[in-house]
Amino acid sequence: MTLSAYLIVSSILFGLAIAGMVINRKNLILLLMCIELMLLSVNTNFIAFSHFSGNLQGQLFVFFILTVAAAEATIGLAILMVFFRRQHTISVQEMNSLKG
Amino acid sequence: MTTSSNFLSNLALAIILFPLLGCLIAGFFGKKIGQRGAHWVTTLMVGASFFLSIYLVKLVVFDNLTFNGAIYTWGSSGNFVFDVGFLIDRLSALMMLTVTFVSFLVHIYSIGYMKGDPGYQRFFSYISLFTFAMLMLVSANNFMQLYFGWEGVGLVSYLLIGFWYKKNSANEGGLKAFLINRVGDLGFILGIGAILAFFGSVDYATVFSQAPALAASNAMVNIYPHIHWSAITVICLLLFIGAMGKSAQMPLHVWLPESMEGPTPISALIHAATMVTAGVYMVARMSPLFELSPVSLSVILIIGGTSALFTGILALVQNDIKRVVAYSTLSQLGYMMAALGASAFSAGIFHLFTHACFKALLFLAAGSVIIGMHHEQDMRKMGNLRKYMPITYVTFLIGALALCAIPPFAGFYSKDTIIDAVHLSTVFGGTYAYYCVLIGTFVTALYTFRAFFMTFHTEERMDQHTRETIKESSAVVWIPLLVLAVPSIILGWVLEGPMLENLFGNAIYTASQYDTLSTIASDFHGSWAMMLHAVFTLPFWLAIAGVFCAWFAYVCRPQLPAVLAQRFSTLYTVLVHKYGFDEFNNWFFVKGGIRFANWLFRVGDIKILDDLMVNGSGRVVAWLSAAARKLQTGYLYHYVLAMVLGVLVFGVWYS
Repeated sequence: MTLSAYLIVSSILFGLAIAGMVINRKNLILLLMCIELMLLSVNTNFIAFSHFSGNLQGQLFVFFILTVAAAEATIGLAILMVFFRRQHTISVQEMNSLKG
Repeated sequence: MTTSSNFLSNLALAIILFPLLGCLIAGFFGKKIGQRGAHWVTTLMVGASFFLSIYLVKLVVFDNLTFNGAIYTWGSSGNFVFDVGFLIDRLSALMMLTVTFVSFLVHIYSIGYMKGDPGYQRFFSYISLFTFAMLMLVSANNFMQLYFGWEGVGLVSYLLIGFWYKKNSANEGGLKAFLINRVGDLGFILGIGAILAFFGSVDYATVFSQAPALAASNAMVNIYPHIHWSAITVICLLLFIGAMGKSAQMPLHVWLPESMEGPTPISALIHAATMVTAGVYMVARMSPLFELSPVSLSVILIIGGTSALFTGILALVQNDIKRVVAYSTLSQLGYMMAALGASAFSAGIFHLFTHACFKALLFLAAGSVIIGMHHEQDMRKMGNLRKYMPITYVTFLIGALALCAIPPFAGFYSKDTIIDAVHLSTVFGGTYAYYCVLIGTFVTALYTFRAFFMTFHTEERMDQHTRETIKESSAVVWIPLLVLAVPSIILGWVLEGPMLENLFGNAIYTASQYDTLSTIASDFHGSWAMMLHAVFTLPFWLAIAGVFCAWFAYVCRPQLPAVLAQRFSTLYTVLVHKYGFDEFNNWFFVKGGIRFANWLFRVGDIKILDDLMVNGSGRVVAWLSAAARKLQTGYLYHYVLAMVLGVLVFGVWYS
C-alpha cells in the first residue's frame, strides 16, 4: 500500500463529511457525526504520514485528537439535549433565529 | 540711544497713553465717578496730551529732533519681528498736534452737546479710545502698528456711529461703515502682506530704503496667468485701496454720509477732522513708495479728482445740514487725494490740517444749530437763525469762507496750492483732475453757501414752539467754536510759506520729475502777495460765482431751485439717488449676496451637504446592509458552504 492510497481514503472521508454537513437539512446529530468523520479523516492522514516517515509524533497527536473529539461529542450532545428541550426539534432547517 | 531721543520717545508714549488711561477710567469706572468725573478725567487727559504735543512739535520742528525706533517687541515669528515703535518726525508730530487739538476741543464741546444722554460716560470713553488709536496710527514706525491704529479707529468709528443703538438707522449706518471699510482694509492688509513678502520687513525705514532697488529690479507679480504687474505698483494700489476705504474715496465713499447718524461731535472729530484723513496721511507717509509708481499716482489723481467734483455736486440736493457738511468732507478729501496724486504731498497734508480746523468748526457749528433746533437737522425747517445764534452764525460763516477758499481764510491757501499743483502735474489724468478740482471750487462755494443761507438767512420756517425756545448754545459749546475759528482764519496764511519751504523735512519724499511744489515755491512771494494775486486767478472767481449763485437762488429767488429741479428732473433724480451707488450696491452686493447665499443654501447645504453627504451616507449604509443581510441566512449549512468555498478560494489563490 502506498501513501497516496491512504491519502485518497482520507480525502474521500473528508469530502463525505463536508458533503454531509452541507446537504443535511434535517438532523443535528448527523452534523455532529460529520464533524467526527472529519476528525477521523485527519487522523488517518496523521497515521499514514507517521507510518511512512517513521516518525511517531503523528500517532501521538491522534490520541490527543481522539480525546478532544470525545470531549467535543459530549458537549455537542449536551447542547443538543438543551436545544431539544427548548425548541422541541433538532432539525437544522429550523435553526435560523440568527437570520439577518 | 541718546538722552534727547530717549526723552522724545517717552514724550510720545505719554501723549499716546494719556487718552487710553482716560478711556479706561471713564469706561470701567464710569458708574463710580459719575458724569462729571467722566468728562473731567477724559478731557484733562486729552488736554494733557494736547499740551505735550505742542511741546513735541516745538522739539521736532524748531529743534530738529527726530526719533525712529522700537520701544517694545510685540511678537516675532521666524525672521519677522513686529515691534511697537515710534517714528516721530515733522509729519507725525504735526499730525499728533492736529489730532489732539481737535480731540481736546471736541471733548469740551461734548460736555455741552451730550448733556443728559444716558450713555454719557460711554461716549467720553469712546472718544478717548479713538484719540488713542489715531495717535497710534500716526506715530507708528511700522506697518503692523499702522494697521493696529487703522483698525482701532475703524472700530471706534463703528461704535460711535451706532452710539444711539436704539435708533435703527444708526445701527445700519454703523454696519455700513464697518462693512465698506472692510473692503478697503482687505486691500490694505494684502498690501502689507505684499510688502512683507517683497521686503521681508514691516519697518518703514527698511522698506523705504529697499524700495528703489525693488522698482529698479522690475519685479513682477502674477495677477492672473499671463498678466504681470510691477510689484511696486501692486503694493501701492493695494495700499491705496485701504486709503480709499478709510478716506471715503469713490466708489467706497458711500459709508460717510451714513455715518452722520452718530452724535455731531463724532462727525466733527472722526468723520471730518481726523479718522477719514488717515488714508491721506498714510499715502503721504508712503510717499517714497508711491513716487516710484506713476501708475498708482495716476489712479490716485483720477480718483481724487472725481471724488472732489462729483461728491460735491451731491451736496447740492441734500437738505440735512450734517449731510451737506459730510458731502463737503468727501469732496475735500478728494482734493487732498488729488494733491497726493500730483505728488504735492505737503500740499495734501497742509489741506488736511486746515480742513481739520475749518471742517471741525463747521460740524461743531452745525451741532450748535442742531442743539438750538432741538435735534432738528432739516434745513428746510430752519432759517434766519442769525437773529438767535449770533456766535454760531459768525463762526459758521468763517468756516464756510475757509471751505470755499476765499482769501485770506485758511482753505484758500491750501486749496489754491492743490489746484496749482494738479495743474502742473504731468502724470496721466492730470488735465482731467485739474478740471474736476477747478469746477469743484464753484460747486463747493455753491453748496456751502446754500446751507449757510438756508440756515441763517431767509425767512423763519421752524414751528412756533421751537421759535420760542431757540437760543444761543452754552459756553462749553461756543468756546470750542471760537478756538477753532482762529486757525480757520490764520493757519493758511501762517503755514503756506513754511509748507512750500519743506515744512515736513525728509518725512516726505518727492521724485524730482514729479516735483510740482518746487515750481509753485519758486513763484511764491509771501502770503500777502499770494492773496493779492488771487484776484487774477480763475478759482477765486469761481468761488465768488458760487457764493453769488447761492445767494441769488436761495435768498433773492427762493422759488428758483424748485423750478430748476423740475426743469432738469432727470439730473435731479440722479443726484437725489446719489448716482445710484447705494442702489447698485444694494442690488449687486446685498441682493446678489442674499441670492448667492440662498443658492448656496439650496444647492450646497440642502442638496450637497444634507442630502448627498449626510443622508446619502445613511442611505448607502442601509443599502449595503440590506444586501449583506441577505447573506446572513441563519442556516448552518450555508455558513459551512461559505467556509469551505472560502478555504478553497484561498488555497487556490495562494498556492
